[in-house]
Amino acid sequence: MEQKKHWQSFGELNQSEAYNKDVKDEFKEELPFVAEEGKSFLEAKAPRRDFLKYLGFSTAAAAAAASCEMPVKKAIPFANKPEDVVPGVAKYYATTYVQDGDTISVLAKVRDGRPIKIEGNDLSPLTKGGTSARVQASVLDLYDTSRLRFPTIEGKEVTFEAADKAIAAAISGPVVILTSTITSPSAKAIIAQFLAKYPGSKHVTYDAVSYSALLLANEATNGVRAIPSYRFDNAKAIVSLGADFLGTWLSPVEFAKQYAVGKKLDEKKPEMSKHIHFESVASLTGSNADEKYLHRPSETAAIAAALLSAVNGQAITGIEDAKLKAGIEKAAKALNANKGAALVVAGSNDVNVQIIVNAINNAVGAAGSTINWAETNNTRAGVDGEFAKLVEEMNAGSVGTLLIHGANPVYSWFDAEKVKSGLKKVKTVVSFATKVDETAELCKFVLPDHHYLESWGDAEAKSGYFSFLQPAIYPLFKTRQWQDSLLKWSGAAEDYITFLKNFWSVQLGGVAGWDKALQDGVYTTANGTVSAGNFNSAAVAAAVTAASSAKKGGKIELVLYEKVGIGAGQGVSNPWLQELPDPVTRATWDNYVIVSPALARTLLNIDLNNGGQADAYEVNPPKKVVKVTVGGKSIELPALIIPGTHPETIGIAVGYGRTAKVGKAAEGVGKNAYTLASLNGSAVNFSSNDVSVALTGEKYPVALTQTHSRYDTAQGNRTEVMKELTLAAYKHHPTEIREERDTELKPWGGLEKFESQGTLYPVFDRPGIKWGMSIDLNTCNGCGACVVACNAENNVSVVGKPEVLRGHEMHWLRIDRYYSGDMDNPNVVFQPLMCQHCDNAPCENVCPVAATNHSSEGLNQMTYNRCIGTRYCANNCPYKVRRFNWADYTGADSFGDNQRGIVNDVVLDMNDDLTRMVLNPDVTVRSRGVIEKCSFCVQRLQEGKLKAKKDSRPLADSDIKVACQQACPANAITFGNANSKESAITLNRMENPNRQFYVLEQLHVLPGVTYLAKVRNSEEEAAAHAEKEHA
Amino acid sequence: MIFSRSIAKTSLTAIFFLFSVCFSVAVKAQDGKALFSANCASCHAVHKKLTGPALAGVEDRWPNKENLYAWVRNSAAFLKTGDAYANNLYKEYNSIAMNAFPGLKTEEIDAILAYIKTVPAPGAAGATAGAAAAKPVEADNTLLFGILTLILAVVALIMLQVNSNLKRLSDEKDGHPYLVPIPFYKNKSYIAMLTVILFIVGGYLTTKGAMALGRSKDYQPEQPIYYSHAVHAGTNQINCQYCHSGVAQGKQATIPSVNVCMNCHMAINEYKGEKIFNEAGEEVDGTAEIKKLYKFAGYEEGKPWDASKAQPIEWVRIHNLPDHVYFNHSQHVKAGQVACQTCHGDVQKMGEVKQFTDLSMGWCVNCHRETKVQFKDNGFYSIYEKYHADLKSGKMDSTKGVTVELIGGTECQKCHY
Repeated sequence: MEQKKHWQSFGELNQSEAYNKDVKDEFKEELPFVAEEGKSFLEAKAPRRDFLKYLGFSTAAAAAAASCEMPVKKAIPFANKPEDVVPGVAKYYATTYVQDGDTISVLAKVRDGRPIKIEGNDLSPLTKGGTSARVQASVLDLYDTSRLRFPTIEGKEVTFEAADKAIAAAISGPVVILTSTITSPSAKAIIAQFLAKYPGSKHVTYDAVSYSALLLANEATNGVRAIPSYRFDNAKAIVSLGADFLGTWLSPVEFAKQYAVGKKLDEKKPEMSKHIHFESVASLTGSNADEKYLHRPSETAAIAAALLSAVNGQAITGIEDAKLKAGIEKAAKALNANKGAALVVAGSNDVNVQIIVNAINNAVGAAGSTINWAETNNTRAGVDGEFAKLVEEMNAGSVGTLLIHGANPVYSWFDAEKVKSGLKKVKTVVSFATKVDETAELCKFVLPDHHYLESWGDAEAKSGYFSFLQPAIYPLFKTRQWQDSLLKWSGAAEDYITFLKNFWSVQLGGVAGWDKALQDGVYTTANGTVSAGNFNSAAVAAAVTAASSAKKGGKIELVLYEKVGIGAGQGVSNPWLQELPDPVTRATWDNYVIVSPALARTLLNIDLNNGGQADAYEVNPPKKVVKVTVGGKSIELPALIIPGTHPETIGIAVGYGRTAKVGKAAEGVGKNAYTLASLNGSAVNFSSNDVSVALTGEKYPVALTQTHSRYDTAQGNRTEVMKELTLAAYKHHPTEIREERDTELKPWGGLEKFESQGTLYPVFDRPGIKWGMSIDLNTCNGCGACVVACNAENNVSVVGKPEVLRGHEMHWLRIDRYYSGDMDNPNVVFQPLMCQHCDNAPCENVCPVAATNHSSEGLNQMTYNRCIGTRYCANNCPYKVRRFNWADYTGADSFGDNQRGIVNDVVLDMNDDLTRMVLNPDVTVRSRGVIEKCSFCVQRLQEGKLKAKKDSRPLADSDIKVACQQACPANAITFGNANSKESAITLNRMENPNRQFYVLEQLHVLPGVTYLAKVRNSEEEAAAHAEKEHA
Repeated sequence: MIFSRSIAKTSLTAIFFLFSVCFSVAVKAQDGKALFSANCASCHAVHKKLTGPALAGVEDRWPNKENLYAWVRNSAAFLKTGDAYANNLYKEYNSIAMNAFPGLKTEEIDAILAYIKTVPAPGAAGATAGAAAAKPVEADNTLLFGILTLILAVVALIMLQVNSNLKRLSDEKDGHPYLVPIPFYKNKSYIAMLTVILFIVGGYLTTKGAMALGRSKDYQPEQPIYYSHAVHAGTNQINCQYCHSGVAQGKQATIPSVNVCMNCHMAINEYKGEKIFNEAGEEVDGTAEIKKLYKFAGYEEGKPWDASKAQPIEWVRIHNLPDHVYFNHSQHVKAGQVACQTCHGDVQKMGEVKQFTDLSMGWCVNCHRETKVQFKDNGFYSIYEKYHADLKSGKMDSTKGVTVELIGGTECQKCHY
């Protein structure tokens, strides 16, 4: 087999024995799975005689059941049909996803009174219809079975009237309102009103993962404790010091949209933004960078200082590593070359680093172009120092009443014990938590808040950009919006909705204006003013001095990071997010210690360049457990080897290790890593300079999906799955990929005639519609929003960790991660892969019952009711995108409870009557024993076509957006009718002839999905690239 | 009805040819029928009082046409002018305001009025009704073939017996030892033959029976209220879509909510039409059934109705597709222009509704194979350029047209996803 440029796993890189054996088999287990080890089939749990018994019984049972009468079904109409509501027709309501500080304008798709899907709001000037995995998954939180269903006093159910009475009697000053960042102007007004009623009280903002350093640095240099607007779309040179702005930093959906602007390649005018990334532990943004440099977390300040001097044309000092030094010089060069279109961001929570970054931005003219001080970003406002002070006050007994909304410090504050002891000393503690989380557990009063889809409200993510919330469903439980409680307790006569209407009607020009704003979901007063702010360099010198005198790190350092799906812990109880493979590690259902391949050699005794050891690590799910100790506190977690991580740094994700009360999905999953953080002045430090790591000798299985769904045979070897080249190479030889394809297909007619000459079969007509998709690997950043959107739209089942371990995950759309180059710091490419809807599909002609066949519109159709589960199709699919229902994940079995013990509790919880409300009624819920796969959202295609037919006009692009396309924050996915001359997909293919390719084109399966090759903006003429040309 | 319409048509055509006038009026009368059933029929009949007055002779009753137009477009506004006739009419009909039709153009109202004139009084139409009956019954040859098969089988059996007797005789003649004949019920060939026949017949019946499982053609359950479509859609000519309003919008045709029923039944509180009989032949008391509706609606006669007191009526569902089938009414009714009766039968003649077809996949697919799409009328199909060219050049049979099947209407994922 030829050497591949891109590799997905270490086994593939080494061409190890186990890998080569593994890829020959479609399915992980041998049949029958139930047989115990060392026993023959007949001695298995279900031998032949038992089988015959079951067969006889089930035939008899079926016959008996069939002879029963048809059940009488009822058809119950409305008593009074609301106007404009037609059963079976979806309505879309503009609202806003609000989760702590995160604020994203969305549309809630409501079918027959229940929200079933979240879509981005195209009218939003910030997110422009983009969403994230967490936004997509938020609709499932509405139907979470662990939500608190009524107000409680000391854990006992009470009515709101009783609770109000008790709280009114118990409130005593001074009152502190503790919240996560609030972007709602009306809520801020209500808090002010409440505070005025109780003199001496205050409002403290607490963010689990705070941006304290950024806020304080801005206060020091610009005189305002605020975060400005970042404009990645205006930046031609982007330097990030560990800021994961595409995944988790500040406002990732907005930034992904902006970033994609600079990464979109015009073939005629090939120009791209340049992104240089410095980081310690592999992140989503680092994986997308054009160039990436690794460093220890303790060096961050030194790098910032070095970059500042380099930008100012001074010599770099204090950096020993030659590669790193070169990287800083390159970054400085890029920034200086693009003055006025350059941007530096830093993820560090160290005030000095942020001050130096502000100085760099000032030096490269970012302020007023890529940084706008006229519009501030309001999504993070918490400063850790203030919360630390509050904890002291609580412990000193000087807080009378504490009202907590959104914050969960007992879980996420590094010194949880102190928070706990403080809470005990506060006379009255009221929590508005929606679940009995770690903090609410210790509160006497819990008055659960609505889910955002049940709420009224407003939000101002950026000053001047307003977004509104309106309920998409009547509250499911006895819950009340926390704003209503505050209004009540401050003696206001009006409720929140009246308050909100009055608040806005004035500004929006009466009720009509308010109605319009609600309908649109957004309202903008920002007028495009750009302000450079007032930069004051007084603080910089001290910061640079502090940076140079920073303590050197120990042997191994630690970085605590947020995962794309889990965030600061908000996503942990959501099964869709838990089962979403992390873009970087491809792991599900756990947190773990990320180590580099180099550290693995010394720490884990695993040398990935040694085929056998790589296999032992990779093929077996159990991973070695290590004990990480920081300042006396330690946690034990399994270790995963992730290239692109600094050799002396380890990374652990926060957000795990929650109480079982927040949900079945969170139960027993991972460990809480917040405990390893520490307070550094006024900001929590999410890295540690000196940790000790030791093997415990134990092993723990981690459900990694990286090595699933691969298949190599002589016919289907996957050398041509990925195409990537540098911008320099592309400029030098734009048609390279096209020529490469043509050469490969030469024996069968070349590019032009491949379709007709590459086969013995006739070529079929495609009258009318031919569906096609194109995915731009340049803009795709691998965030996973599409994966969760697909889950929600197509009722894709959650299978739970034990099943993922066996390779049984059901995702119709997966994002493959490919490495290339140096194993210690490789380039990464993400490739979303779903059913390719081949026109000459290999799955279709092996199905013995024709359950999968081709439509005249180019769809590879899957008919569940015809499928008998031979899995021949999955076996014959070169892309490995067909999924088999190994167990009854959906509760479709006619005998209610017989999957208990076979599927795990999370899956059973997904089949609860409440959770099932999230199912899309237009998509069949699949039962055990059938194959399923991407359908190109056929239900949306049919709906769009019908819409056009009803209007008696040809289909337009705007009629149809498939779920993954709608969710994508980077507009990487284009979909439409490839037969139409004006459709976006046709234009996309016409305008990008050079980068376009099909995956495994030489197989002549004629896929319906085209990819646009990844072009990396790096100057080096990749040697590997040239090598491949000759291979 | 049909007959009287054709008379109208013929006579109007004759007038056109003879005098070359009134062509436009003829067209309007036809449009008028559609307009009437879409806008008026839910509250008015031509020769009968419903919620509103019988419309026959309406033009003669109104002092002038302008007032009538104004009344139709917005009755509430016209009442305010203090017109005596209008106000009396309003009081006479229990002060129920007539719906406003601001969108109706003068020509359209004229067309409705023209149509009203063409509808004969019920007595006049009855005389000619019997003529259309007595369809020729097609000869059924099954019995004949059956008898023939039976005779042939008996003959074959006799021949076999004769053959074996002859063989025995010849054997005796030749001196072969005579074997005692095996009785036919022990004869292996007979048993084998019987088994095969039984297997085929049994298999056929089992398969047929299994296929019928879950199908419910002719299902006609008893409903909580004896609601007669024959009275509403038949006699009173209420447009199907007045009640089943979702049929052109979504997948469900929707069963009307109680407030839709009450639109008319606030005024119509007793049944005065011809006697109704249920399936068992017993007479149904229409007035009592209306009272049942009032009970669901929480309405007490003589008092204003509080709609919030209404309880939904739990109808028994008749048409029921399996969960793995996606069916959309608007696709068929709006885009496909299929008449309701094609799938639901002559609902306007049914008392309680009965399932007209078996709703099997075979039935669906057959229709998709035979039915033409609105290929030329619907702009959506303009993208099928090849078919348009083929139709023009005659390559494609234009009488057969472009069927649903031809544009992919029999593919799995048109209904199963």
